[in-house]
Amino acid sequence: MPFALENLDGIAKRMILAMQEYSIFCWQAVANLFRSPHYWSDVMTQADLIGVGSIPIVVLTGFFTGGVLALQSAASLAQFGAQAYTGRFVSLSMIRELAPVLTGLMVSGRNASGMASELGSMIVTEQIDAMRALGTDPMKKLVTPRMLATVVTLFLLTIVSDTLGTAGGAVVAVFINNQNGTQYFNSAYQALVYWDVAQGLTKPIFFGFIIATVGCYFGMRTTGGTQGVGRATTQAVVVSSVLIIFSDFILSRALLWVASGF
Amino acid sequence: MGAETQLELTRTANEARDPVVIFEEVSIGFEGTPVLEDVSFHVDPGETRILLGPAGVGKSVLLKLANGLLRPDKGQIYLFGREIETIPEEELLQIRTRTGMVFQEGALFDSLTVRDNVGYQLMERHLPVTEIDQRVREALRFVELEHTYDMLPASLSGGMRRRVAIARAIIDQPDLLLYDSPTGGLDPVTSTTIIELVIKERDVYHTPSLLVTHRLQDAFTLCSHRYDKEAGHMVPLPHGQTDAKTSFLVLHAGKLIFDGSTEALVSSEDPFIKEFLA
Repeated sequence: MPFALENLDGIAKRMILAMQEYSIFCWQAVANLFRSPHYWSDVMTQADLIGVGSIPIVVLTGFFTGGVLALQSAASLAQFGAQAYTGRFVSLSMIRELAPVLTGLMVSGRNASGMASELGSMIVTEQIDAMRALGTDPMKKLVTPRMLATVVTLFLLTIVSDTLGTAGGAVVAVFINNQNGTQYFNSAYQALVYWDVAQGLTKPIFFGFIIATVGCYFGMRTTGGTQGVGRATTQAVVVSSVLIIFSDFILSRALLWVASGF
Repeated sequence: MGAETQLELTRTANEARDPVVIFEEVSIGFEGTPVLEDVSFHVDPGETRILLGPAGVGKSVLLKLANGLLRPDKGQIYLFGREIETIPEEELLQIRTRTGMVFQEGALFDSLTVRDNVGYQLMERHLPVTEIDQRVREALRFVELEHTYDMLPASLSGGMRRRVAIARAIIDQPDLLLYDSPTGGLDPVTSTTIIELVIKERDVYHTPSLLVTHRLQDAFTLCSHRYDKEAGHMVPLPHGQTDAKTSFLVLHAGKLIFDGSTEALVSSEDPFIKEFLA
């Protein structure tokens, strides 16, 4: 076999193996939700670290994204005399798309890297082996609590981002574009239907799962000392960010299909 | 006496006689490179086996195989009479609670205090806090580090970390102790303190153990000293005597080339052993 083909063959095999390992990893993490022992205190600790710790970046991102949406959309809408629809534009964009994706990406940058580096360091210093030697399953103790905490807190953080994004748009609409605040909120509220909110809040459940499982997967498979920890951290952020954007497209397509009544 | 109690007593009696660890023609390799080939030996109750060999020969791998942390490519491993290389991880976790392992660098949990590290296994079993506190203090007293109770591992020296790791390994009175180079990278004085603790554990609790080291001085201190309970420190055995329950295994190029007593080791004609001991 020519050298280039041999290389390609090796890469393809490694990718399939990694996908297989990741699938098994995810299955174990989910199955552990239904197996004893449960580490509820670790879930709470992780929820505090991941959820509460991410509030400042989510607040800032949500607020300024809403603001910039209002700023940009108002100029375009004014050309058609439709500036009154700024609220509708901002709330729909934020709630259906931008808040879940941006919150997911921000939390991924902060926490997928954190999980990969923390678990990676534990691997290279043999703390994971020590845990197994003491009779504790690291998947149950370290991975499942992180997964559960990320899914729940990302859902809640997306609601925060939705709220702050709409508020950011309102601030720009009222104080910079000199629009009527009541009109803005009225337009924002009336444009929304139940399905928009449901769509926007379904995505973070998947994104949270991706962030935690990818972060933990790369962390738990760290090899090669401190250099390996750095590599695992970078891979975790890159892969989780790409997967969030990719799955956002798939989810949007699927949810629109469901919304249209199949 | 119920049938179950009778069965349990028979099992305990058998376990007291049978080897604690048995390796039968065990081989393992990584990425196509063989690390251990056809290794066979056993650890009997109350016995301390010192595994000698140069760095990188696979000593730590062997120790991890003994605890089921790694699975062999070939051969059988028995731990407390159970063949462990094929059983699921869930069952292995249960079996491992009967062993205590001291890792090369201590492997203490960075985010937990010394108290929580040492009492980890007891906390996992949800024992009452007062009992955990009491047993942690006892274990720390054994390694003479009671004052570190509330400290974090980061604020301990290398030697102190190893001693805390020993306290964590012995707190639940394990049926087997595995020491992975407990003195590696330590200065001679601290190394002697650690070896004294290993001797104390051996002579006070008679726990069977497998100790990995490449330091000959530590190995010979182990077999030529005993712990004097009244004096509270180790003392040398009379000249020419060695501890009968302490014996040696030597690994070289992935193979077990020696399995025997101290006397047999020092009189061995094997060229590698002669060079290693020189």
